[in-house]
Amino acid sequence: MQTATLPTPVTQPRSAPPEPVGTGVRSFSLTINGAEYELNVAPWTTLLDALREYLDLTGTKKGCDHGQCGACTVLVDGKRINSCLTLAVMHEDHQITTIEGLADAQTGDLHPVQQAFIDHDAFQCGYCTPGQICSAVGMINEGRVKTDADIRELMSGNICRCGAYPHIVDAIRDVMQLNPTAQ
Amino acid sequence: MITYPFQYKRAGSISEAVALLAEGGKALSGGHSLIPSMKLRLNAPDALVDVGRIAELKGIRLDGNELVIGAGSTHGDIASSGLVQQHVPMFAEGAGHIGDPAVRNRGTIGGSLAHADPSADWPAMVLAADATIVVEGPSGSRSIKATDFFTSMFETALAADELITEVRVPVENGARMTYQKFSQPASRYAIVGCAVVKSADGKVRVAFSGVSDTPFRDTAVEEQLNSGQSATSVASGVSVMSDHYASEEYRRHLANVFLKRALNAVA
Ligand SMILES: Cc1cc2nc3c(=O)[nH]c(=O)nc-3n(C[C@H](O)[C@H](O)[C@H](O)COP(=O)(O)OP(=O)(O)OC[C@H]3O[C@@H](n4cnc5c(N)ncnc54)[C@H](O)[C@@H]3O)c2cc1C
Ligand code: FES
Ligand code: FES
Repeated sequence: MQTATLPTPVTQPRSAPPEPVGTGVRSFSLTINGAEYELNVAPWTTLLDALREYLDLTGTKKGCDHGQCGACTVLVDGKRINSCLTLAVMHEDHQITTIEGLADAQTGDLHPVQQAFIDHDAFQCGYCTPGQICSAVGMINEGRVKTDADIRELMSGNICRCGAYPHIVDAIRDVMQLNPTAQ
Repeated sequence: MITYPFQYKRAGSISEAVALLAEGGKALSGGHSLIPSMKLRLNAPDALVDVGRIAELKGIRLDGNELVIGAGSTHGDIASSGLVQQHVPMFAEGAGHIGDPAVRNRGTIGGSLAHADPSADWPAMVLAADATIVVEGPSGSRSIKATDFFTSMFETALAADELITEVRVPVENGARMTYQKFSQPASRYAIVGCAVVKSADGKVRVAFSGVSDTPFRDTAVEEQLNSGQSATSVASGVSVMSDHYASEEYRRHLANVFLKRALNAVA
C-alpha cells in the first residue's frame, strides 16, 4: 500500500495568480477536501482556475476547458462534475473533493481507486488520471455499474489521449469486484 | 478561462431572479452551454443571474394528468426519476443519453430549452410529447406550447427578461414513446434525433432535432402515417442542415432511418 503526503491547505499560492481584470472581486470561501479556503477572486474565475491558479491544488488538470475531456473532473457533494464549466463562486457551501483529497486523511493510505490505477498500470502520461480517478469514484457512488460495458459507457466523459482505456476498465472492475465476463 | 468581466448575482427565488433579469444579463443554470459560449465569446452578458439554487425550480411531480418538471432539474435528475420513467419514459431515455455523466450532473432542461441548440435533444422530445413550457416574467407567468417555442437557430419565444420555470408534459394512458438519435460520437449531440409518441388510438406525433436549424414537428409525415400511408415525405418543406458531420443528403437519409427505428420501437 502506497501512502501519500496530503498537501496542507494554502491560503497563499506559490506563484502570484493573474490579477483579476475589472471590478467586482468577490470574497468567499470554498470547502475543499474538508478544509476551508478563503478566496478573493473575480466572479468569472472557474472552479478549475480557482483550484489551480489561486489555491495551488494543481492535481486537477485542464485539458480542453470546454467540458469535453474530463481532465478537470472533481466531486461536488459527491457528484462528478467538470470544474472548467462552473464558476468557483457558484460552489460556496458545497463539499468539493479533488484528487488531493481522496487518500485517507489520517493514514495517508491511497483511495482504493488510486491504488487500483497503480496496480493495473492504468495510465501512461498521467494527464487524464486525476480526472479519471475522480470520475470513477463518482461513478461508483452512483451505483449503476454492473458490467465492463457499463464502465466504458459511464466513463465516456473522460478521454485518455494515451489510450489507457483497457487498464482503466481493469482497475475499476477490480475495485468494484465485478465479474469480467458479466454481460 | 473567461477573459472579460461580468457581474455575478445569485437569485434565491423565481421572483428575485425575474427582478434581477429585469436589470439585464442572462440566467445561469448548469452553465454547460453558457460558459463555453462565453469562453468562445459567442456570448458576452454583463451580468449572470445564477438560478441554480432556486428550490422552486427543482423537483418533478404529477399534477393531475400532467408531469411537471422544474426547469432546474438536471438531465441526470430526469433520467433517474421514477415518475418520469413511469409516465414519460422517452424523457428518461433521452436524458440518459445527453453528453456524458458529468454533463448530465450539471446541465438542466430549462437551460437546454432556452439555449435552443439545433442539435440538442430536449427540443424534439418536448415537441413530440406536446409539452408546454411555463415562463415567468415581470408581468407574470405565461405558458408557451412547445410547438410555438422554437423560432429559429438558438432563438425561442422567450423574452430576455423571462425565466423558464417548468415544463408540463401531458401524461397519456397507453401511449408508447421513444427518442432515437444518431449522435456525434464525442459530444453526443444529435446529428439526427427523432422523437415519436404513439397514442393509445394509434395516432403518432413525430419531431426532429438536429435535422434543421430549428427543431420541428413533422406534421406532413404525421399526416401520412396517421392516414395509413408510409412516411415518404420526411423533413419536407424544411431546410436541412449541412455541416462537417453530415451533408444535407446524408442527414435526410438519417432522418428516414431514425424515424423507422423510432416507429419500430413504438410498434
Ligand atoms: C461536453 C458537452 C456535451 C453535451 N452533449 C449534449 C448532448 O448530447 N445533447 C444535448 O442536448 N446537449 C448536450 N450538451 C448541452 C448540455 O445539455 C447543456 O447543459 C444544456 O444545453 C444547457 O443547460 P444548462 O443548464 O447548462 O444551461 P446554461 O448553460 O446555464 O444556460 C444556457 C442558456 O439558457 C439560459 N437559461 C438557463 N436556464 C434558464 C431558465 N430557467 N430560463 C430561461 N433561460 C435560461 C441561459 O441564460 C443561457 O442563455 C452538452 C454540453 C457539453 C458541455
Ligand atoms: S478541462 Fe474540463 S472537461 Fe476538459
Ligand atoms: S494517461 Fe495520458 S491521457 Fe490518459
